[in-house]
Amino acid sequence: MEYAFFLIFAAVALIAAAMVILSRNPVRAVLFLILCFFATAATWLMLNAEFLAITLVLVYVGAVMVLFLFVVMMLDIDFAILRAKLTRWSPIGLALAIAVFALIAEIIEKDQIAFGQHGDELSKIAETGNAAKLGEIVFTNYLLQFELAGILLLVAIIAAIVLIYRGPRSRKLQSIPKQIAADPKTRVHLVSGD
Amino acid sequence: MIKNFFKTFLLWELLLGLKLTGRHLFSRKITLQYPEESTPKSVRFRGLHALRRYPNGEERCIACKLCEAVCPALAITIESEPRADGTRRTTKYEIDLFKCIYCGFCEESCPVDSIVETGISDFHFEKRGEQIIGKQQLLAIGDKYEAEIAKARIEDAKFR
Amino acid sequence: MTQVLIYLIAIVATTISLIITVILYTYAERKIIGFMQDRIGPNRVGPIGILQPVADVVKLLLKEVIRPSASNIYLFIIAPVLALAPALAAWAVIPINNGWVLADINVGLLYVLAMTSLGVYGIVIAGWASNSKYALLGAIRSSAQIISYEIPMAFAVLGVLMAAQSMNLTTIVEKQHGGILHWYWLPLLPLLVVYWVSAVAETNRLPFDVAEGESEIVAGFHVEYSGIPFALFFLAEYINMILVCFIAVLLFAGGWLSPFEGIPVLNKVFSWVPNVVWMFAKVAFFMLSFLWFRATFPRYRYDQLMRLGWKIFIPLTLLWIVVEAILIQLQLPPWFSI
Repeated sequence: MEYAFFLIFAAVALIAAAMVILSRNPVRAVLFLILCFFATAATWLMLNAEFLAITLVLVYVGAVMVLFLFVVMMLDIDFAILRAKLTRWSPIGLALAIAVFALIAEIIEKDQIAFGQHGDELSKIAETGNAAKLGEIVFTNYLLQFELAGILLLVAIIAAIVLIYRGPRSRKLQSIPKQIAADPKTRVHLVSGD
Repeated sequence: MIKNFFKTFLLWELLLGLKLTGRHLFSRKITLQYPEESTPKSVRFRGLHALRRYPNGEERCIACKLCEAVCPALAITIESEPRADGTRRTTKYEIDLFKCIYCGFCEESCPVDSIVETGISDFHFEKRGEQIIGKQQLLAIGDKYEAEIAKARIEDAKFR
Repeated sequence: MTQVLIYLIAIVATTISLIITVILYTYAERKIIGFMQDRIGPNRVGPIGILQPVADVVKLLLKEVIRPSASNIYLFIIAPVLALAPALAAWAVIPINNGWVLADINVGLLYVLAMTSLGVYGIVIAGWASNSKYALLGAIRSSAQIISYEIPMAFAVLGVLMAAQSMNLTTIVEKQHGGILHWYWLPLLPLLVVYWVSAVAETNRLPFDVAEGESEIVAGFHVEYSGIPFALFFLAEYINMILVCFIAVLLFAGGWLSPFEGIPVLNKVFSWVPNVVWMFAKVAFFMLSFLWFRATFPRYRYDQLMRLGWKIFIPLTLLWIVVEAILIQLQLPPWFSI
C-alpha cells in the first residue's frame, strides 16, 4: 500500500519535473513545478518527515512559487530565442545533470540512506516530533553551518537590494506619519465674519 | 506628540469608528418598505399625465397647443379640427413619456386646466411604443383619478 | 476499513456543516451590515428574509457558466477548485473540542499556515487564465498582498508557538487552561492584533479587499466568472474567513475552554455549558468582527496596505517576539510558567 503510494507520488514528481522543462507556456511550467513540489512533499510525508514536508509546501509552494508566478505572469517571453539557446547550451546542462545525479547516487551508496534501513530510527523520531529533533540537531551539532547559511542569505538580500538601487530619486510620495498626525484643530481656521 | 503616537498604536480612531457602527447596529431603522409604505407625497407632485373634463362630461382641452409649444422636451404632439358643433377640439393628443421630463410646464401653461400631472409615480410599459399615450388613455386616466386631481388642485390653490 | 468509513463520514459532515455555516453567514452578513447602516437588510424571501441565501444559491447554480473565448480553458476551470480545495483541506487539523479533530498531527499549526497560503493560487491562476485586464490586476494585487501579510501572520503564530512550546493545536489550547486571564490574548495582545489584521488581509476582506476592489477594478480576479465557478470562489472566501476565526480562537482565546475557569461562583453557574458552545461563541464573536470591520472601514489604498504590512507589522511582531522571549526566560506566571 505504502509502496504503491510512493510509486504514484514519485511518478507524479518525475513527470511534473519533466513537464517543467518541456512545456511551452512559462506559467504552465511554474504550475508543474508546484505540482512537483507537492509530490515531493507527499513522499517526505511517507518518510515521517512531516515537518520538512509541510515546510516545503509552506515556504516553496506558499511563498517562493507565488513570487515566481507573479514574475512569470508579467513577462513576455520569446520562445524562438529560448529554443535557440536551449540547443546551444544543452550539452553543458546535460553534463551538469549527470554530475549531480552521480553525486546523489554516490551519497546514497555511501551513507546508506535507504527506505528500510533507517525505518526504526525514523519512526522513533516521529514519536517525539521531528520538528523538535531537527531543532536540536541544527542548534547543537550544526550551529556554525546554520548560522553561516543565515549570513549567506543576508548577503544575498543585501546584494539584491544593492543591485536594484539606482541612487536617490526624488519621488512624489506622501508622508504617511504626517497624514496620520493631522489634527482638525490645526487644519481648520474659522475666519471671523463681521 | 507622544499622545498621538499612542493613539496611533492603540488604534484609537479605528475603535471610535467601530463604536459608531456598533451603536447604529441597535438604532432604529429608517428603511421604508416601499410598496407597502411610502413617504408622504406633495400635492404638487408631477407624475403621470391626465386630461381632465368639466363636471358635465365635456373635455376641457380646446387645442390651443400652448402645452405643445412650451414643452421643452418636445414630448407633446397635437392635431386639431373643428368638431361637428363648431368648437375647436383635438383629434390627436399624444405624450411620449420617455421624452417627457416631468417639468410641469404643460400644466402651468394650460388656460383651462385640462392637461395635468397626477400624483401617480409608478407605472410601466411592456412593449415598445406603449410609452406614447394618446388622447383616449389620457382622458381615461383623468376620469379615473378626477377626485384626487381636483383635491390636489384645491389644496394647492392658496399657494399659487 | 471501518476506520476509513468513519473518516469519510466525518469529512463529509465537516464539509456540509461548513457550507451550511457559509450560507447562514452570508445572510448574517447582509443583515448585520444592513443594521449597522440603519437599513433592515433582506426581508422578502421567507420570514425576515431567512431564505434569501437559499434563493441566492439556487440563482448561482442555475446561471450559465460563461467562458471567455480568449481564456486558457484548463486553468480557467481549475482555478476555482484550487481556491476551494486548500480552504477545505485546512479543516483536517482544526479541533472543535478536546479530541474532536480529524487529524491530530504534531505540526498542525504549520499545516494550517501552509494551506491558507495555498489559497492564493486559485486567485492568481483565475486572474491570469481569464485573459482580462481587471482580472490580471486583481491577481497581481492579491499575490503581492498575500505574500506581504503571510510574514507578519507567521510571526504572530510563531509567538503563540513559543508560548505553548508546541505546534499541535490541541496542546496549544490545553496550555491556556485556567480562565480568561490565562489565555494568550493578554500577554500576546500585539500579536493578536497583528494576526487578526493579517487574517483579514489574507482572506481578501474589507478593508483590505484590493484584489476585488469593485470600485477600482470591477471585481478583480473573478470578473469573468459566473454561475457555479463563481460560487466556488465565494465559498472558498467564506470558508477561509471561518477558518481564520477558528484559528484565532484556538491560538489566542483559549479554544473550547470556559472563560470562568478558576472563578469560584461563576464557574459553578456556567458549568452546565458544554465546551463546544464556548468554542462556537468565541468563533461567532470573531466572525462578527469581520462584518463589523466591513461596515466600518473604507478600503485601504494599495501603497498604504504594503506599508502597513512591511513597515509596521513585521517590525512590531519581531519586537514582541523578543519581548516574549524575555518573558519566557523569566517564567512569568501565569502564562509562561512551566
